Amino acid sequence: MKERLVQLEVLRYNPDTDTEAHFQRYEVMCQEEWVVLDALNKIKADIDPTLNYRWSCHMAVCGSCGMMINGEPKLSCHAFLRSYEGVIRVEPLAHFPVERDLVTAPDDFMEKLKRVKPYVITKQKKPIEEGEYKQTPAQLMKFRQYSMCINCMLCYAACPEYGLTPHFVGPAALTLAHRYNLDSRDEGRKERMEVVATKEGVWECTFVGACSEVCPAHVDPASALQQLKIVGSIDWIVEHLLPGGKP
Amino acid sequence: MAKSNKPVVWFPFAAGGTVIAFCMPVIVVLGFLAALGHVPPGLSYENLHAFAAHGLGKLVLLGVIALSLWSSAHRVRCTCYDFGLRADTLIATVLYIAAIVGSMATALFLFRI
Repeated sequence: MKERLVQLEVLRYNPDTDTEAHFQRYEVMCQEEWVVLDALNKIKADIDPTLNYRWSCHMAVCGSCGMMINGEPKLSCHAFLRSYEGVIRVEPLAHFPVERDLVTAPDDFMEKLKRVKPYVITKQKKPIEEGEYKQTPAQLMKFRQYSMCINCMLCYAACPEYGLTPHFVGPAALTLAHRYNLDSRDEGRKERMEVVATKEGVWECTFVGACSEVCPAHVDPASALQQLKIVGSIDWIVEHLLPGGKP
Repeated sequence: MAKSNKPVVWFPFAAGGTVIAFCMPVIVVLGFLAALGHVPPGLSYENLHAFAAHGLGKLVLLGVIALSLWSSAHRVRCTCYDFGLRADTLIATVLYIAAIVGSMATALFLFRI
């Protein structure tokens, strides 16, 4: 098996001892087909056990190993070493407060996710005897793509708007709001639009599109947000321009 | 948090974006062709003048130009915002006034044909 000496420059920060973060360089022998996460695991196992980072599945499903690799938000389990030349710079996910080394605090995203009510809302619960809520394949296809989000927050790290305006609800949470709005079983659109159609909601988006470029699950949040803008605009016209109009 | 009134400026922006995507490449190509002396017979000066002189033609031209101007103004506003220029109200006012003035000038010009 082919091996290669890889140099990684990792941002280190220990809140107990450091006043500010600094880069630490590691040289580690890696196999050709490894990803950045493998290199970090090798460093932690053989060179420096104090290095902190999050990971779980190693197969781009859990969404916990997101970090900036050479300045780009990536899942480290999905970033192949062979795609990089020279020193690979590894930093914590941008736009989130750093807790320790490559570990960031996702609290802001979690709070925003809650606000958009990302679950099916029904006005009246069906008794269990009446059976399941059925859905045709066509109804499923309407939102399926938007349900593939793994909450990895790469889109927040890529979004310049979120970086400049932290109160922006942001790509993933808004996309999930759209996913439930589009669900044929759902009746919660009106509640969600109270959050989505505000300035902090979808109207803070300027359609840069970086969210869709970095999304490892091909969710295309930018398209969801554009569709939400159309929905929000039609609601606005109904509310303001039609007599007695309610969305 | 109240719902935003952004649709007022966003809807014409979206319409203008669609117009630009469809019309501008054609206009640019035809413009270059005309500049190089290859004017298709249907697009001769007389024909285009007749088009602009007709009421419906005026409406189409005004629609395309006004929406394109608005869309461009809004896009530049968003770009300024993305670059961190946060004097958004001032930037938006200047750009939107420019688009409105441009549209009014177009309307006046078309009216005179």
